[in-house]
Amino acid sequence: MKLDAKIPEGPLEEKWFNYKKTARLVNPANRKKLDVIVIGTGLAGSSLAASLGEMGYNVKSFCFQDTPRRAHSVAAQGGVNAAKNYKNDGDSIYRMFVDTLKGGDFRAREANVYRLAECSVNLIDQAVAQGVPFGREYGGYLNNRSFGGVQVSRTFYARGQTGQQLLLGTYQALMRQVNKKTVELYSSHEMLDLVLVDGKARGVIVRNLETGEIERHAAHAVVLATGGFGKIYYLSTLAMGCNGSAIWRAHKKGAFFASPSWTQIHPTSLPQSGDYQSKLTLMSESLRNDGRIWVPKNLNETRIANDIPEEERDYYLERRYPAFGNLAPRDISSRAAKERIDAGHGVGALKNAVYLDFSKAIREQGQAKIAEKYGNLFTMYEKITGINAYKEPMMISPAAHFSMGGLWVDYELMTTIPGLFALGEANFADHGANRLGANSLLQASVDGYFIAPYTIANYLADQIRIGKIATDHPAFEQAEKEVKEKLEHLLNIKGDKTVDYYHKKLGKLLYDYCGLARTKEGLEFAIEEIKKLRDEFYKNVHVPGTNETINSELEKAGRVADYLEIGTLMCYDALTRDESCGAHFREEYQTEEGEAARNDEKFQFISAWEWPGSLDQEPILNKEELTFEYVKPTIRSYK
Amino acid sequence: MKLNLKIWRQKDRKSQGKLVEYAIDNVNTHMSFLEMLDTLNEQLISKKEDPIEFDHDCREGICGQCGVVINGNAHGPLENTTTCQLHMREFKDGETILIEPFKAAGFPVKKDLKVDRSAFDRIISAGGYVSVNTGQAPEANTIPVSHETAEAAFDSAACIGCGACVATCKNGSAALFTSAKITQLALLPQSQQERKERALNMIVQMDEEGFGHCSNTEACEVECPQGISVLNIARMNYEYNRASFLKFKKK
Repeated sequence: MKLDAKIPEGPLEEKWFNYKKTARLVNPANRKKLDVIVIGTGLAGSSLAASLGEMGYNVKSFCFQDTPRRAHSVAAQGGVNAAKNYKNDGDSIYRMFVDTLKGGDFRAREANVYRLAECSVNLIDQAVAQGVPFGREYGGYLNNRSFGGVQVSRTFYARGQTGQQLLLGTYQALMRQVNKKTVELYSSHEMLDLVLVDGKARGVIVRNLETGEIERHAAHAVVLATGGFGKIYYLSTLAMGCNGSAIWRAHKKGAFFASPSWTQIHPTSLPQSGDYQSKLTLMSESLRNDGRIWVPKNLNETRIANDIPEEERDYYLERRYPAFGNLAPRDISSRAAKERIDAGHGVGALKNAVYLDFSKAIREQGQAKIAEKYGNLFTMYEKITGINAYKEPMMISPAAHFSMGGLWVDYELMTTIPGLFALGEANFADHGANRLGANSLLQASVDGYFIAPYTIANYLADQIRIGKIATDHPAFEQAEKEVKEKLEHLLNIKGDKTVDYYHKKLGKLLYDYCGLARTKEGLEFAIEEIKKLRDEFYKNVHVPGTNETINSELEKAGRVADYLEIGTLMCYDALTRDESCGAHFREEYQTEEGEAARNDEKFQFISAWEWPGSLDQEPILNKEELTFEYVKPTIRSYK
Repeated sequence: MKLNLKIWRQKDRKSQGKLVEYAIDNVNTHMSFLEMLDTLNEQLISKKEDPIEFDHDCREGICGQCGVVINGNAHGPLENTTTCQLHMREFKDGETILIEPFKAAGFPVKKDLKVDRSAFDRIISAGGYVSVNTGQAPEANTIPVSHETAEAAFDSAACIGCGACVATCKNGSAALFTSAKITQLALLPQSQQERKERALNMIVQMDEEGFGHCSNTEACEVECPQGISVLNIARMNYEYNRASFLKFKKK
């Protein structure tokens, strides 16, 4: 299939302007005839639902949590980028565009990335108007800080809880529309399937997680704003409920899945401490502004950090990447940490961590200043580890964090299924092979506030004559039947192993063979192993309880069943990309110095995978070639 | 460590609940409290028993979804800490731990340790926002906010909506939650136009949801994971009186 990204004509700076100028509109009187379903209430989902509600469409908003305010956007700490140039340090939309494109290792679309930088300016205005309490200078103007991968201060922040504050802003906008009855809210509901009528997205099947009831909901357009699937690694920085089920089930209905193997492994997570562990906690990357990263020069070092003299410490990021030092991008920093840990310089009980040291910053700026900037992170660190990081260095380790891949979407954020849109982390757009810090809150928000309201209207403009979509169409009946059968099947296996047992096994396989480093042999091995694990899961998993009540194990079982399929596709994706780029590091393709070696001649494309119809067949690869008119791909060097 | 657990089990909203005892013997001190419950659940599932349902999601102390009453304290023995950030090093080998759901008239139990906190959404929906439409907001720096005001607003905005304040209050009052939002928005210049209506509408909704009144025991501040100050409640009372008075004068 020929993939059409539908990038508008004209110079880069005018593409989005030109699109908006010519996009079709829906008359206000007609909007109430149109229904839109939005799955997910994070930054992307709730900002879109609120925006469409304001405009007068009928919106149904779904989330699996007990309230929309719990969406995992809430946990993002560090900040959100915007090219406001408030610091007068040379920032501009164009520079942000270049940084982002380069940070993504030239595996993102120019037009999308430019639009992201362009809309970043409006997002700060929007959030401030909603009462988001961003950090301020004493004169009352907004403050910034810098983040990994850039050399200007363009990151806006609300202490270490920027995600929470942005989310509360958009959650409040959503609840305002709920009160006005333009948005109908369904919390504790999980999407289990997408319904297509005549090839178009026309609705969803959801499960009421409290009663087990399976419900049908119809609409003129369906939007997936469900976040990423990094929890597939089991140990990750994501919330326990984050999953890939909605996008995977849409994929099985025909939506292409792009770049599934590009998962960001974040460098500043707390290290794993034991087998019982359910997740890894992220420490904000902003800590790298003042913290210095090092490991002991000696192998098998037994002294505690504070007893190791300066000359016996290896500040490996500052040594290898002098221009960016501790602020090197996430993929570079994560791999450098893994390299040192694998070489035997790791610290901590399991020797799986590196130090993040604030002693110099505390000496120079005083503890009070550091506490003002990062106090809540130091408190959180002490709660989890029992260690006071003002007195001794933190220990950090790489952990799975963000899915750069997701459903393939065109410039309008529409998938290959007409009427099905994917926003924020659920789509693949904008980030490329790597995401720079403080760009994820941005992408989710601008997709929902500023982009999708235009592009969805453009699609809905010719849907006004359709009338209400009925939920008694055979397609709904069929989808509901299949969902029910799947749930019954999981409940009836009645084996001996828990759902988590399989999830942990899958996570370990993926981390070892499709994680920070990959090889051809490793990926081929993992594909076979995941197949075996999937077979065993369907023979031997035990899902207790029934479908007619709250049943967390049943919810997890459905998600892990999907992960067992997504995992295979991740490996295929990594296997076909014979190069190293961004988060994807194939050991066969590296420079003599151990840096990633990209191959633009052969791999300057987006891999968009097509569901082959069954798990017995190999997924079908479609390519969207990338062209770079404005920024010539260069080797990413942070030295 | 070995522990004896007494856990509230309740089939659904309508059923009568009861305390059930469980013994667990492979507890590591570095585990979080929720990982201890995960471990217990793995054992229960292996024995083909129904696991214990509890609320949780981010496990980073920020989503606000987790929360149980541990030995009589909302979120357990540590001050200003969510249940997910509580670790087993706070407990002693052989200890008996009582685990119950957040109990309040405004929070019906859904199952086991899960409660329904949707009343909080309805309080926000009644006015806890700035009525600005999306897309055309004015340039952010055109409305300066002093550093101190922004920080004070943040202190109130930091509420994670977990409901520990309600669970720990002898009156089951939602005053701390509601007042935090009212205070955040009352401090900021962006939201002065709706200040009166917001205070009145949110407080009316809070009362309609069945939450009790604040009688200034200040227990909420002690249990609040974000250390939200009871001064917010004083501020809410001021905002309510101000709004009532101004409304009265208008007529």
